[in-house]
Amino acid sequence: MQREYKLLNFDWITIALFLLLVVFGWLNIMSASHTGEINDYFDMSQPYGKQSVFILFTLALIVLILALDAKFYERFASIIYAVSILSLLGLFIFGKNVNGATAWYGIGGMTLQPSEFAKFATSLAVAKYMSDLQTNMKTFKDQAKTVALIVLPAILILLQNDAGSTVVYAAFFFVFYREGLQQIYLVIVVFLIGLAIMALKFNVVVASLVAALIIFGHHFFGQRKRPQLIQPIAIVIVAVAVSFGVKYFYNSILQEHQKDRISLWLRLEKDPIKLHEMKQTILYNLNESEKAISSGGLTGKGFLEGTRTTGKFVPEQHTDYIFSTVGEEWGFLGSALVVILFVGLLLRILYLAELQKSTFSRVYGYCVASILFIHFLINIGMVMGLIPTIGIPLPFFSYGGSGLWAYTILLFIFIKLDSNRINEW
Amino acid sequence: MRKLLLLSLIVVVGVIFIARLFYLQVYNEDPYSLYDDNAIRKVYDYPKRGYIYDREGKLLVANQPSYDVMFIPREVKPLDTLEFCNLLKITKEDFINFYDKAYRYSPRLPSVFIPQLSRMEYAVLQEKIRKYEGFYIQKRSLRDYQTTIGANVLGDIGEVNNYIIENDPYYKSGDLIGKQGVELSYEEVLRGIKGIKFIQKDRFNRDIGPYKDGIYDTLPQPGKDITITIDSELQKYGELLMRHKHGGIIAIEPSSGEIIAMVSAPSYNPNLLVGRQRSRNFSKLYTDTIAKPLFDRSLKAQYPPGSPFKVLSALIGLQENVVTTEDQFSCRNGYYLGSRRLTGCHSHVSPLSMNQGIAQSCNAYFVNVYRRIIEKYDKPAEGMDVWSNHIKSFGLGDYLGYDLKIGNKGRIPDGDFYDKWYGKNRWSSTYNISNAIGQGEVETTPIQLANMVAAIANRGHYYTPHIIKKIEGGPIDKKYTTPNYTTIDKEHFEPVVQGMFDVYNSGTAYNLRVPGIDICGKTGTAENFMKIDGKRTQLTDHSIFVAFAPKDNPKIAIAVFVENGYWGSRFAGRIASLMIEKYIKGEVSMTSMEDWILTHSLENEYAKPYSGQEFGINRQSALQVIDKIEKDTVVNPITTRTSILNQ
Repeated sequence: MQREYKLLNFDWITIALFLLLVVFGWLNIMSASHTGEINDYFDMSQPYGKQSVFILFTLALIVLILALDAKFYERFASIIYAVSILSLLGLFIFGKNVNGATAWYGIGGMTLQPSEFAKFATSLAVAKYMSDLQTNMKTFKDQAKTVALIVLPAILILLQNDAGSTVVYAAFFFVFYREGLQQIYLVIVVFLIGLAIMALKFNVVVASLVAALIIFGHHFFGQRKRPQLIQPIAIVIVAVAVSFGVKYFYNSILQEHQKDRISLWLRLEKDPIKLHEMKQTILYNLNESEKAISSGGLTGKGFLEGTRTTGKFVPEQHTDYIFSTVGEEWGFLGSALVVILFVGLLLRILYLAELQKSTFSRVYGYCVASILFIHFLINIGMVMGLIPTIGIPLPFFSYGGSGLWAYTILLFIFIKLDSNRINEW
Repeated sequence: MRKLLLLSLIVVVGVIFIARLFYLQVYNEDPYSLYDDNAIRKVYDYPKRGYIYDREGKLLVANQPSYDVMFIPREVKPLDTLEFCNLLKITKEDFINFYDKAYRYSPRLPSVFIPQLSRMEYAVLQEKIRKYEGFYIQKRSLRDYQTTIGANVLGDIGEVNNYIIENDPYYKSGDLIGKQGVELSYEEVLRGIKGIKFIQKDRFNRDIGPYKDGIYDTLPQPGKDITITIDSELQKYGELLMRHKHGGIIAIEPSSGEIIAMVSAPSYNPNLLVGRQRSRNFSKLYTDTIAKPLFDRSLKAQYPPGSPFKVLSALIGLQENVVTTEDQFSCRNGYYLGSRRLTGCHSHVSPLSMNQGIAQSCNAYFVNVYRRIIEKYDKPAEGMDVWSNHIKSFGLGDYLGYDLKIGNKGRIPDGDFYDKWYGKNRWSSTYNISNAIGQGEVETTPIQLANMVAAIANRGHYYTPHIIKKIEGGPIDKKYTTPNYTTIDKEHFEPVVQGMFDVYNSGTAYNLRVPGIDICGKTGTAENFMKIDGKRTQLTDHSIFVAFAPKDNPKIAIAVFVENGYWGSRFAGRIASLMIEKYIKGEVSMTSMEDWILTHSLENEYAKPYSGQEFGINRQSALQVIDKIEKDTVVNPITTRTSILNQ
């Protein structure tokens, strides 16, 4: 069954979800940033006015993306990636420092954040490399090469002191796993995360002991055929080394504010005076955002009626903490709706990705879903105090041109690829 | 399988987020209230507190502005401390002290820096306060007493305590509330309703503007003025007469139940509880456990009433038809059961009928009547109940229901009381004959006694005593204008009233007659005891007197109680007569009687139990003569107290 009109091939469900999020996000940005009467929706002195313009640009961008030939993205993936890396490198020379991170180019009165665009560039590169017939993801060599594609931009971004955006690159793990990364890596990742948390929460000795117990337990009781004892001993030594490494990393490498965030999340700080101080400083955002969300109750205080939002109680509320505005003004019903819209969008992308016939489209679709998922997880988790503070925006929702455009490009390239799947075999 | 990892993670995270939202917003959330929202500043606008007038329309309590220097520690910017301290007349150490104390309390909330500036201080500071960031002046309204009397009646206002704040959402920290007297009773009428403005704040605690353009803001409603039933002239006179004595006076207008005077002695100047010295003065008054100036003896002191109670025994005897006005009983200096004397009596003509029984206050007469009442019924408990119910119909033995918030029930025993005490039916009237003469288990408060006299003056009914005469723009509670009837028929009152009249004409109050006024009265003397070093020690008797006048169409019913004043006519009777004359004639003609009261003190008597030495009572006790009290001096127990202890 071949579709007559290409236009109808676009997945309108995804587009509808996207539009709902953008428009609802814009309303909340208006709430979070307005001061007094709102007369002009395009008032360029106010964030909501700028966002209106960004959204108009976005619509133009969408038309452009959908107009280009689907093959363009696959063919030019390497070039787009190279440009993106260059733009990241250029930051070291021309970059503009905002809030301690050198992550922006200043063009006229506007700023552009290349790390946002690097996300879709990297996704294209990863998809291109993985879909290459000569690539075999079961081999260590090819795995290493793919990882290198991801680590390069990640390190550049980390060097610009934008640790939050770096964390996003962990999303590619899901893509690798889907594309045939050995099961053992999943076990190792889960094991290492558990080990790190234990080493910090309790201490290195406890973590090492627990690790040893699990490994030897597995060795003696889990397997029928026992390999030599040397192997589990080696693993335990590595585990102990990792535990110490984590502790060292936490104590010596992490910056003070990052350390405090983790220590608060794991409830490490017991000194009540220090804790009280932390509440005034680094916990302040979180406290205010939780209070704003709770005060919304079931149905919220209504659009533009949130007292904590109007009073600008939550810092950065129109950007990273936008979800607290939803919580206060739209209540449980509104915020649950946003969560459902995101889950719906993510599942839809996954579903479409699995339908793709070409590996390139499928891998790219998976990249999109993974990246958006990490943002969703970290941003909303952070605003509600479930995970430590990591400053990344909520896609389509938070204020900001670079972000909005980058996520739009990320998503609409996939919509374009998807619309073309009928023509592929 | 591999497809499921991300998919299931997405779903799990979605569910966790919605659960967390549910926890934060629905499960864990108190219903949203503008009042609890700390993003909204609530600014209260306090209305004028109602004025208080006496029954003649004389202003007793008004308001005066007062200015507090307030500050918010966090907002204080570096300033010229020296200049600021000079302005406020404090030292730099004080400044640092106040600041640190407030900062420890809360850096963000306003604290009082210097309370209650005088008008002069305010005038100087008003110009300059703007220079000092973080400081501001808050205007408050304090009471301005136009009189030095009636502290126990008028009461006072003070800051609300935490208990009230937690239980009554109207009151916020720092609000003023009536603490005693009519300020407490009519708090809601007097205070009015404060207005409120909601102001949107930002996170730096700065005001942005009115919340929603002020649609929820309200204007203050001024408090209502009230007129109380007190005659301030009579009240003042009563307080003067009670100087250097402890006790209480209650005067009631029988035809309405209005309390004309309500004196508790020792009293204090109500102005002591206003302004900067309030808490210091209050604790001085509060810690004076000997004179207890804060203890309202007119409402709360519970004593055995003594002989005034006898008139009730006579009335019940007539009502129960166990005695006629003509029946005579003999008295051999007391009442004898067989050869045992149950109660003594002073010497008088014997035998006596009812009229002279009352006039001469013969104990034996009333014991006989009492026994006849109780023994009319088969079981003593039954008779006791009948007696008790008659007594209670005069408002005794329970809270009277007047509109002041303090009081005592008194005690009127009934059949049950003795059944529990002795065992069911294991007692008889002879076990408790002292009830007949107002001793034993019977106890009353001065206001109950005054009300009892009012009921007799009205020949069988009374109006619940009350202090409120008029509330601006509204009637007073109907229960104060509805008569309560006693269980005694009207016709039985005349002979008893005649007996009380003869107390003045030929009886125990013969020396207290007031020319031109027909007074009916009854003397009383009550034994009393106190524990000194764990030993029950008898003190000089209490002097008690009740009266009403004139005999027909009575205008005043009065009960006077003077602690350790010995016999009834000695202190209480004189004071009652003087009060009656003052009220009915407007002035006092009996200057020698007045002089006697003003030159005699009982302070020596009150100091005895605390002297640590042996002391004599009643007949062995010498009266203390003092210089005549000047009429226009102001009573101040804070200084009087020390002078007594220094003697």
